[in-house]
Amino acid sequence: MMKSALTIAILLLASVVTACLFANFLTSSTYAHQFRDIPDSPPSHQHLLGTDDLGRDRFSRVLYGTRVSLLLAPAAALLSSLLAAVIGGIAGFAGGWTTRLVMAITDLFLSLPWLLLLITVRALMPLNVSPITSVIITFALLGCLGWAAAARVVCADARSLAQSDFVLLARASGAGGFRLLFRHVLPNLRPILFAQFWISVPVFILTEANLGILGLGVAEPLPSWGSLLRELENYSSLTAGPWQFVPLVLLIAVVSCFQIVLHKQELPV
Amino acid sequence: MLSWWKHAARIVATILLGGLLGATLLRTAPGFGIDNEELDPRLNHASVVALRQNQPGGNLLSFYFHHLSRLVHGDLGTSRTFERPVSQLLRERAPETLKLVGLGLLVGWALALALALPAVMVRSRSMDLCTSVLSGILLCLPAALLGLLFVLTRAPVRLVLALIIFPKVFRYSRSLLARSASMPHVLTARAKGLSQLRILLWHVLPTAAPQLLALAGVSVSLAFAAAIPVEALCDLPGIGQLAWKAALGRDLYLLVNLTMIVTTVTLLANSAADLLAQSLTVNP
Repeated sequence: MMKSALTIAILLLASVVTACLFANFLTSSTYAHQFRDIPDSPPSHQHLLGTDDLGRDRFSRVLYGTRVSLLLAPAAALLSSLLAAVIGGIAGFAGGWTTRLVMAITDLFLSLPWLLLLITVRALMPLNVSPITSVIITFALLGCLGWAAAARVVCADARSLAQSDFVLLARASGAGGFRLLFRHVLPNLRPILFAQFWISVPVFILTEANLGILGLGVAEPLPSWGSLLRELENYSSLTAGPWQFVPLVLLIAVVSCFQIVLHKQELPV
Repeated sequence: MLSWWKHAARIVATILLGGLLGATLLRTAPGFGIDNEELDPRLNHASVVALRQNQPGGNLLSFYFHHLSRLVHGDLGTSRTFERPVSQLLRERAPETLKLVGLGLLVGWALALALALPAVMVRSRSMDLCTSVLSGILLCLPAALLGLLFVLTRAPVRLVLALIIFPKVFRYSRSLLARSASMPHVLTARAKGLSQLRILLWHVLPTAAPQLLALAGVSVSLAFAAAIPVEALCDLPGIGQLAWKAALGRDLYLLVNLTMIVTTVTLLANSAADLLAQSLTVNP
């Protein structure tokens, strides 16, 4: 049963990624094009999910929004994994005061409520940023702030690697600290970094959605799952216009797929 | 005793580091050291210079020590958005957040343990599947969206936090309890014919207690973070809503102070959980 769930999850993820990558071919209009005569229209042949209150094609916005969230969350996860590798690797390998200082900074980052820190740093940014800059800033911030938990794991692993026999042998053969770290310790941290990367992706997708719903994420008119879900704020009842819930269903489906894949790899979700 | 001192020293060091981070954010923020009054066209150059001299300045370290000494004296500054002292705003809004976070933690933990304990002890496949699906769906929902859905369905919004805490606590506690229940001493107890309740209370829970306490510390941080979108979207006048309004109004003094306070609370909760866990550690 678990095997079939994994197959379905991978197939669904692959089809969503393919659909959002080929969004230009699947939609007739761009995410920002306004059909001013038909705002808030129900689904039709021209607009599969209707239009929003500004007359923009909702299907097109969902596809482009999925592209933004699904492509940039892995990019942010990659950045945070790299930071964790460098910071945790050096802290674990160096030992002594370096480890204690880096672990104190890691403790601080783990104690800071993520969302509060994100909105604080986001509030520091200039008001007149372009939508593309805002999306880059949002995901870069996620990547820069999400390294702490992974760094702690990497540090513990690097410490045990630094005390292992093969590192002792390399040290005895005259290898310097830099060579030991980059040739012997960091390559052996790859599996743990890979796991941390996959754990971070759904976390970043959900955090961006939280920021977007609060109006502190990606700037209009560029769509993301957060900004698409924000539309539900103006929604008066759950029964009228169920097509507005497509971004929500898609978010649940994609994050569930990630969880199934992580569960299968026995990673702590 | 040494462990208490170590914890206290670590908390103080982390708060000082956090303070430095906050002061750096304030010092490097766009518009730092500029007063709105400077834009008044009626002011001459001498008046503008006089206004600038009243603004905090100097290098980062002197600014930090100035900021720190004000904090020690209980002066958290004045909010630009609300034009009121930050300490006054905190006093007004803290009870609402504490109520929300307290209720969320209580109901979330009760729900998680109520489902995790039978799932581990009874070991029924259908029950495991149902609870996994329920917690899985809740894990996929951002806190802000859950708050929004509660508002739309007119459900009691104070329970949103419970549904955010529940899936995380449930998953971790279930795996902790399952690991504890499969240990050799528990198998021996089962083989000896001890009742399920006795096995749970005497053999499973004490082994998992230290990790469960650590999880309790982490869940406090989770609850405070989730309180921001929930209060903002459900119109609850707490610290989370204050943080959101401060972010929209780019009120950095307020935001940095809020971050520091919540960090201190989180650190204290985590340290208390760590110390309790250390005192409860048992060898099966």
